[in-house]
Amino acid sequence: MDEILRFFLEYKDMIFIIILSVFLGIEVISHVPAVLHTPLMSGSNAIHGVVIIGAIIVMGHAEDTLSLILGFLAVILGTLNVVGGFVVTDRMLEMFKKKKK
Amino acid sequence: METISKIIEFSNEISILEISYLLASILFILGLKKLSHPATARSGNLWAAAGMGAAIVFTILFHKTTITHPDGTVIVKSIGNIPWILAALAIGSFIGWYASVKVKMTAMPQMVSIFNGMGGACAALISMMEFPGMQNEMALAGHTHMFDGEAIAILLGLMIGSVSFAGSMIAFLKLDGRLGDIKHPILRIVNLSFLVLLLVALVVIMLMQPVAGNNWPIYLFAAAALIYGVTFVMPIGGADMPVVISLLNSFTGVAAAMGGFLYGNTAMLTGGILVGSSGTILTILMCNAMNRSLLNVIIGAFGISAEGGADDGDKTVKEVSLSDAAVLLSYSQKVYIVPGYGLAVAQAQHLCHELDNLLASKGVEVKYAIHPVAGRMPGHMNVLLAEADVPYEKLVEMEDANNEMSNTDVVIVIGANDVVNPAAEEDPSSPIYGMPIIRAQEAKNIIVMKRSMAAGYAAIPNNLFYHPKNRMLFGDAKATLQKLVAEIKSL
Repeated sequence: MDEILRFFLEYKDMIFIIILSVFLGIEVISHVPAVLHTPLMSGSNAIHGVVIIGAIIVMGHAEDTLSLILGFLAVILGTLNVVGGFVVTDRMLEMFKKKKK
Repeated sequence: METISKIIEFSNEISILEISYLLASILFILGLKKLSHPATARSGNLWAAAGMGAAIVFTILFHKTTITHPDGTVIVKSIGNIPWILAALAIGSFIGWYASVKVKMTAMPQMVSIFNGMGGACAALISMMEFPGMQNEMALAGHTHMFDGEAIAILLGLMIGSVSFAGSMIAFLKLDGRLGDIKHPILRIVNLSFLVLLLVALVVIMLMQPVAGNNWPIYLFAAAALIYGVTFVMPIGGADMPVVISLLNSFTGVAAAMGGFLYGNTAMLTGGILVGSSGTILTILMCNAMNRSLLNVIIGAFGISAEGGADDGDKTVKEVSLSDAAVLLSYSQKVYIVPGYGLAVAQAQHLCHELDNLLASKGVEVKYAIHPVAGRMPGHMNVLLAEADVPYEKLVEMEDANNEMSNTDVVIVIGANDVVNPAAEEDPSSPIYGMPIIRAQEAKNIIVMKRSMAAGYAAIPNNLFYHPKNRMLFGDAKATLQKLVAEIKSL
């Protein structure tokens, strides 16, 4: 119990951000029309590419060859997620726009 | 051994970095908000991309890690290996951009799945690289167990990231038609035990005494998570993949947030959690549009055989010959085509358009009735038919099409099932009761093209097939359409 309470206090700022973001995420997209489900999924797919920042941080402090290789790979994968995600979403939405005319 | 502390000394650079993260978080939120309205969706995507760009650039420029050596000296390290990072960014950008621009519109869901898997793999790799350092540090500090926030974040990031990666790859292979469904009731038990095993392993690893260099437990853990990712997606039907991708998408969001927790990085934390929670809601919304529960999608694959036997034996199905169908269509005035997932699977959209042109040249009015969830991916049919150059005016939304049904001579149902099932309106005990349908039964004649009498993905029998006005044209949609087109030409 003591451990858990200490844990909470140590990470309270982040726990607050997490909880508030959960509610925000639900609220922000709650009225999305069905035609936008796929682009929204794709767009949020690109946003979780923010994991690339973590990859840049580990890569930035990598010293031995193995970490350098793994870090290099991680940055590539993260970039694929970000760039591919945003470009694919844009292409989808471009089509939707054409349809509206 | 050096210790990386979370306490960040004040400096202008750190302050600017944190401001850029705040900006990125705001842009993510506004981007998501705009993405959920048709008029602003495209700019929303760009806003989120701008936030991401800012976060990446400022991290490379200003990120600092404070390292405390055992002798008490403190050094502040900036991001190193910058040429390598830029090279990796360039390679990833090029491949990502090239693949996205080249991919066909019909293959979009596969592409999203791959990119999602990449994000999951990235999160898992980060955890794999951080674990040894954390363990060494704890071993040095004389800890007897690894129960703390960093370890939880690393292990959860590894587990969720690996599941998301493996699951996304399986989803990709299924959508691409390279992998079928493996439906066996035993998989449900295997899945559940794997999940329990993973969670137990997570706790066990945290209770272990940290020993420097003893990293095999997390390699085993990662392997188990990868296997679970495979067995989790394996039994789910191909048509339900968009829902699964959406679910895995929110998993990756949580994995990214774990990285944010580990580094105390607010941009990763907000971005990841936003996707995690909005992704979960989106998954549920997608299920609702099909009038199904998420649980039903995940384990629903097992319902088919159970429900299939419920058909009454005295119902008869009438078949139509190709030549009769050709004559009927050629001498109609108004024909509606109801496309469904089967059309997409057979890749028969071009033939469908050929049929429609051929009939139009004979003076028949041909239109398409588009159900909002036909194909199980919103907008799937629109995209598919647009690829085959079917003019947009020919695609009629469900409600308008329903108003015209009673003066339609023939309705051709191609690869659709649940979206034309009258049980949704007539049978309150039906699982799809209440779902809006295209009222094909109101037309003067119905032709259903189908591979077999198997139930649709909602696993319920369809009375339309036994309707007195209906006649079946069995076979693969592509092959049947080909023959039908040839038959009409020879008339």
